[in-house]
Amino acid sequence: MRYLGRRLGHAVLLLAGVSILSFLFAELAPGDVFDEMRLDPRISEATLRAVRERYGLDQSLPQKYLRWLQSVGRGELGFSVVHNGPVGPLLWRRARNTLLLTVPATALAWLIAIPLGIWAAARKGQWPDRAGAAATTTLLSVPDILLALVCLLIAVRTGYFPTGGMVSLGFDELGAWDKVKDVVSHFFLPVTALLLVTLPVLVRHVRASLIEVLQAPFIQAARALGIPEHRLLFRDALRAAANPLISLLGLSIAALLSASLVIETVMSWPGLGPLLLEAVVARDLHLVVGAVTCSTLFLIGGSLLADALLFAADPRIRPGRA
Amino acid sequence: MNPAGTPYRAFQSEGRLAGSRAGRILTLLALVYLAVVAAGFVAPGDPITQHRELVFAPPTRLHLIGPSGELHWRPFVYPLVLRPDTFDTYEEDRSRMYPVRLFVRGAPVRVAGLFTWDRRLVGTDSPTPLFLLGSDQYGRDLFARLLYGGQISLFAGLLGAALSLGVGVLLGGIAGFYGGWLDEIIMRAAELFLALPWLYLLFAVRMSLPLQIAPAQAFLLIVMVVGVVGWARPARLIRGAVLSARVRDYVLAARGAGASDPYLLRRHVLPQVVGIAATQAALLVPQYVLAEVTLSFFGLGVGEPVPSWGNMLSGLNRYHVLASYWWMFLPGIALIPVFLLYYALADALHQRATAFTP
Repeated sequence: MRYLGRRLGHAVLLLAGVSILSFLFAELAPGDVFDEMRLDPRISEATLRAVRERYGLDQSLPQKYLRWLQSVGRGELGFSVVHNGPVGPLLWRRARNTLLLTVPATALAWLIAIPLGIWAAARKGQWPDRAGAAATTTLLSVPDILLALVCLLIAVRTGYFPTGGMVSLGFDELGAWDKVKDVVSHFFLPVTALLLVTLPVLVRHVRASLIEVLQAPFIQAARALGIPEHRLLFRDALRAAANPLISLLGLSIAALLSASLVIETVMSWPGLGPLLLEAVVARDLHLVVGAVTCSTLFLIGGSLLADALLFAADPRIRPGRA
Repeated sequence: MNPAGTPYRAFQSEGRLAGSRAGRILTLLALVYLAVVAAGFVAPGDPITQHRELVFAPPTRLHLIGPSGELHWRPFVYPLVLRPDTFDTYEEDRSRMYPVRLFVRGAPVRVAGLFTWDRRLVGTDSPTPLFLLGSDQYGRDLFARLLYGGQISLFAGLLGAALSLGVGVLLGGIAGFYGGWLDEIIMRAAELFLALPWLYLLFAVRMSLPLQIAPAQAFLLIVMVVGVVGWARPARLIRGAVLSARVRDYVLAARGAGASDPYLLRRHVLPQVVGIAATQAALLVPQYVLAEVTLSFFGLGVGEPVPSWGNMLSGLNRYHVLASYWWMFLPGIALIPVFLLYYALADALHQRATAFTP
């Protein structure tokens, strides 16, 4: 527990660091949300100054940061000038949508990658392995932007899938079952695109770590004892290879979030990605800081999850019990 | 990779094999970059001129069989005419044929920014321009835009990788070689940068720069942003390599014999790092090319009328373009072979580096 507690403290420090860092970047930015108002001759210089004062934009950086921290304490996470409301509720809804996309994609990707990787490792150097390697390399070279656009093309050309958004018009009037069907039909293509982005990396790693394990003497011994090959692969070898794979789970979430940003924006899924993009263009400071910090939260959450799993799976890292 | 008892010579030849493979891939990559640099000569048209009477023209078809079934050894084209009552459907005017010629004379252009030349690689006398890869929504030559856009996209990746690798090697080298509080500070900062998903960080840094910027400045800014954002990963890798090299017996022996820090760095540490840095570079360039493409696609990078592979793709944001004109996908498709080459290069470099250090 102390191990996990230490990791948690570390995570909080990282989050604080990231929020300060994003504040610094925002401070460097020339201009703010009200810049376009200056072009309007009906708005006087004095009004502008008053508006800036009201939103606290005239304060120094530490003051701004302290104000933001206070509002984080209240659960508001700052104030979005463009949306004219606290950032918190805005962010949580979008964050939920991003999770709705990334969690099934991660789960599916692992479910597919583990058997595929094991299969390739068991046939190392034979044609299925080579074909798999060629396929993963090719898929790795397809940019996520192109994948998203092709998925959109499929939606537009076939008409089987909606071309964007998360729910259809009139969603509220649908029955419970139709609601589920509606959301699933909307997220099918984005999840597929995300899956194709993550899959090649995972398959390669599963294959590599399994090949390493399969060379170990204990596998040879097990084989000599007549343990069936599929049990050997899926139980003994996979368990021994679990360690690096669990660490990879934490890392794969980082790549997934970046890909998700692109795919969400291209396929107009109302997640964190489009929100961040709009906020950057509008120079809505607190919203950018909020979205960036939120993405870090996901990332840290992912690696904490990996740590906890590792803690449960590997007795060697449990201090005091070794 | 390391079967016991394999003689050193075997590792050596394996490394050499990987080395020559890296050389071949590098040659191919150099050809791509050369074509992009010499865009003024390779492209039949220029990337800015608009042909409003030929918007979304499909790639010009090169024919070998004439209208009466006769075979021509020199490929030829028919001029395009708009089908009446449509705005984007073209027909070939079969009554006139124009042969495709090599090294034709055209309007003088700057080639590679070095000299002005009036020769083009291919061209025709046809009244309609030779659109090898079709035209875009303003009737601009997509092939020319692809080549000129490569000057932005491919070089942004290359320069960005050079910058972030330079910063990474410097900071990672300092952290690994001197250790102590310097190491602590640099590595904590790196951790901070790595705690952010890459694209989110990229957008956060992008926010600190003005929104509307001239294309030339935008190019430099993207290179800088990518360099700032990407230093952490190479720094961490280099630090690890330097750290392990620093405590090798022969390095300690050299230090004991009175070798100075710069000597140790140059003679013993740097050679250990070069292989890792080269592999890392080959992996970073595609990532950074994609960073430019993503930024420009979302309107935060290089803007019109200067082409970049990112802003060329942004035409696909409209559904009718997406659904009707497949050649508008070409800037995205062109990334695939480039990335394949870079990944293959990274693979070969990695094998070369590990073959010599069993």
